[in-house]
Amino acid sequence: MNRQLATGAAPHIPPSVTVAGTMRQVLYALVPGIFAATWYFGPGVLVQILLASVFALAFEWLMLKLRKRDLRLFLTDGSALVTGVLFALCVPPLAPWWISLVAMLFAVVFAKHLYGGLGHNIFNPAMVGYAVVLISFPQEMTQWLLPRPLAPGAPGLLETLGIILGGAAPAGWDAISGATPLDSLKTGIDSGRIVPEIRLAAVFGDFGGLGWEWIANWYALGGLYLLYRRIISWHVPAAVVGSVVLLSLPAWLLDPGSNPAPLQHVFSGALVLGAFFIATDPVSGCASNRGRLWFGAGVGLITLAIRRWGGYPDGVAFAVLLMNMAAPLIDRYTRPRIYGQ
Amino acid sequence: MKQDLRRLTRAAGTRLHHFHGGLRLRHHKQQSCRLPVARPPLPSRLTVPLQQHAGETVAACVQPGQRVLKGDLIGDGECQRGVNVHAPTSGHVEAVSQHLLGHPSGLAGPCVVIRPDGADQWRARQPLDDWQSLAGSELVQAICQAGIVGLGGAVFPTHRKMHHGQAARIHTLILNGAECEPFISCDEMLMREQPRKILAGARVLQHAIGAERTVIAIEDQMGAVREALEAAIAEPGAAAIDLVCVPAIYPEGGERQLIQVLTGQEVPSGGYPSDIGLLCQNVATAAAVADAILEDRPLLERYVTVTGSGVREPRNVLALVGTPIADLIEFCGGYAPDAARLVIGGPMMGYSLDSDAHPVVKATNCVLVLCHDEIASPQPEMPCIRCGECARVCPAQLLPQQLHWQIRNGLWEDAGASGLRDCIECGCCDFVCPSHIPLAQWFRHGKGELRARRRQQLAADHARERYLTREARLARQQAERAERMAQKKRALRDDAARQRKVAAAIGRAARKRSADSEPEPGP
Repeated sequence: MNRQLATGAAPHIPPSVTVAGTMRQVLYALVPGIFAATWYFGPGVLVQILLASVFALAFEWLMLKLRKRDLRLFLTDGSALVTGVLFALCVPPLAPWWISLVAMLFAVVFAKHLYGGLGHNIFNPAMVGYAVVLISFPQEMTQWLLPRPLAPGAPGLLETLGIILGGAAPAGWDAISGATPLDSLKTGIDSGRIVPEIRLAAVFGDFGGLGWEWIANWYALGGLYLLYRRIISWHVPAAVVGSVVLLSLPAWLLDPGSNPAPLQHVFSGALVLGAFFIATDPVSGCASNRGRLWFGAGVGLITLAIRRWGGYPDGVAFAVLLMNMAAPLIDRYTRPRIYGQ
Repeated sequence: MKQDLRRLTRAAGTRLHHFHGGLRLRHHKQQSCRLPVARPPLPSRLTVPLQQHAGETVAACVQPGQRVLKGDLIGDGECQRGVNVHAPTSGHVEAVSQHLLGHPSGLAGPCVVIRPDGADQWRARQPLDDWQSLAGSELVQAICQAGIVGLGGAVFPTHRKMHHGQAARIHTLILNGAECEPFISCDEMLMREQPRKILAGARVLQHAIGAERTVIAIEDQMGAVREALEAAIAEPGAAAIDLVCVPAIYPEGGERQLIQVLTGQEVPSGGYPSDIGLLCQNVATAAAVADAILEDRPLLERYVTVTGSGVREPRNVLALVGTPIADLIEFCGGYAPDAARLVIGGPMMGYSLDSDAHPVVKATNCVLVLCHDEIASPQPEMPCIRCGECARVCPAQLLPQQLHWQIRNGLWEDAGASGLRDCIECGCCDFVCPSHIPLAQWFRHGKGELRARRRQQLAADHARERYLTREARLARQQAERAERMAQKKRALRDDAARQRKVAAAIGRAARKRSADSEPEPGP
């Protein structure tokens, strides 16, 4: 008796990796950094993550519905969640709730779905959202809390919720907020002071900003986990950090008075987060390994240029967006040599 | 450049190199290696297709009702593009008719159906015991007569590969025993059980193509194979044969990848290994050559792995060509309850069949039955997120995501320029794709489309050339006709002038005559 069976195309054993699994790994890798950020900047960090995630998922749901896509499949793929969390880690912990709303509107609706949804966006959605609110609401986006050791009267969870959702000005705001280390550096250098003198301020730590440097270290740890799990390749992070160090080193050696040390650059702002989690976004980045090196080097170079000459204290978001534009061109010129050709 | 490569490849096997990408897959080979190779009972009917490889269908040279002996020629390829087919056992030809070919296309083709008589009686055999004194071309002729094809899976006619190799002056013969696809263990069992036959085949092949040495490549996890082959090589007469263990990384058994691992050099794109002085044959092909030359046994049976969790007793069998696959599975204990897919070949590159009524052919190295939970995908297809894993594992160093995009959008020229033709369809990109895009399937489709377009292009070029030639011919003919007309007119004109001259002369003569007769007085 012959048996009839259903056919299918080779390979006959399906991949074990999934998009959702990949995104989940990225979220796991962010956990140490999130803990560190919460430790230094209070529960506002978690509230921002929650807010941005909810808004991101809501816009994702809306757009999937409008575009008549498979809701269950795409809502659970984790990409909107990653966008929300990455954005939340870049905003000041006490920023009002509508900052996240506006940012996620631009990230998920404009940068992602209007370009075709998952896999089709030219720009990194989280950074589009961040850039929009940074340019539109500079005041809200630059009021950073001081890290825990410098702000003993920082608001607790309930107070934080009140500030973020209710817009109530926190009591003793001046005592607990201040310029970020990068901000202090920029205004200090612009007003003609020398770096070692600026670094005497309390907001600076051993090699970067107080608190910031340790958050960056925990991000880096998460990044190493992603490398270990082969979610990202080493090329982008190595090129970002490498180019920042290589470019800032000669300037610092020649004139340490007006140029921060390479480590100060690496452990300030969003550089480590950007190197491991943002510039490594595969969709908007380069595909070939050689291309990724160029992409990362470009991010490092533009970040430094903005920090040195630009109007903003940090430039990671703009650097990533600018390099997103260059990615297709880089891909075109960095094709690997085909076997036997 | 080519000469350099030929020189560099002489050191094949002395140092191992890397190839780009590839995967370390779970082997699943042990399950089919526990039992010794066995021969299933003679089936009640053998359906032998007359097309055994991707080439041409050969003509049947037997009639229905005719009695054939084991080894009799039943399909004659005349040593051209087709491959000879022989009767796998003695019996009567029941029919020469169309049957489904057990091919993913689902096409039918002519088959010789033989009802065995159970005697398994051989035709008269004349082994070439003096093969060492024969010229290479005579050995290739004998290999062709025996209907031998590459048994690794590509089923390219061996005699054609050797013709090619003889012309290209091969220095090293590579015997490929790196059976890299999971589940398949037929070569492994052959090497364990018949090491001497493989070495004998290697010597014949080496002599026939004039190679200086032979390298046998096996995977480093084939311990028993290594012992068996080392023992056989240590026996006298096996000089110039080296055994090399290569790391088990899929698709290392691919000809081009194996050559890269053994020599560090790449086979030129669009070229053959013979371009760099190498000839690659599967170990089972070498054993078939030994059978053909030393015992005059044409290729009519082969080792087949019957395995997978959908088979109750996985093992290797020695199956006659034409045996229904259902018989093999029954011999191996039948299907497990949740058997869901029947695959011919390995899980990475094999093709699935809709029915087990199809016969074993010379290419059938493995019958793999997979269960539901093994083939069920945990996620439907999603858009590409450009993660680049496919490019990382691609042994041809292509950018699969880019090719996929080009094929989907019908950018055929771009896809060709991006190296679609260099894709070996190994399926590595598929296996690592988090979006579960059937990349290999797209590439098979794309390669077919490129071939069709190339054919169309050639036909169009040919038609245009013919048209232009015809136009030129017509124009020339018209010019010639015009020229002839002109000549005729000229001649006619000349004629008229002459006639006028003659008439004038006659007139003058007449006038002269009348002038002469003028003085005479009239009557």
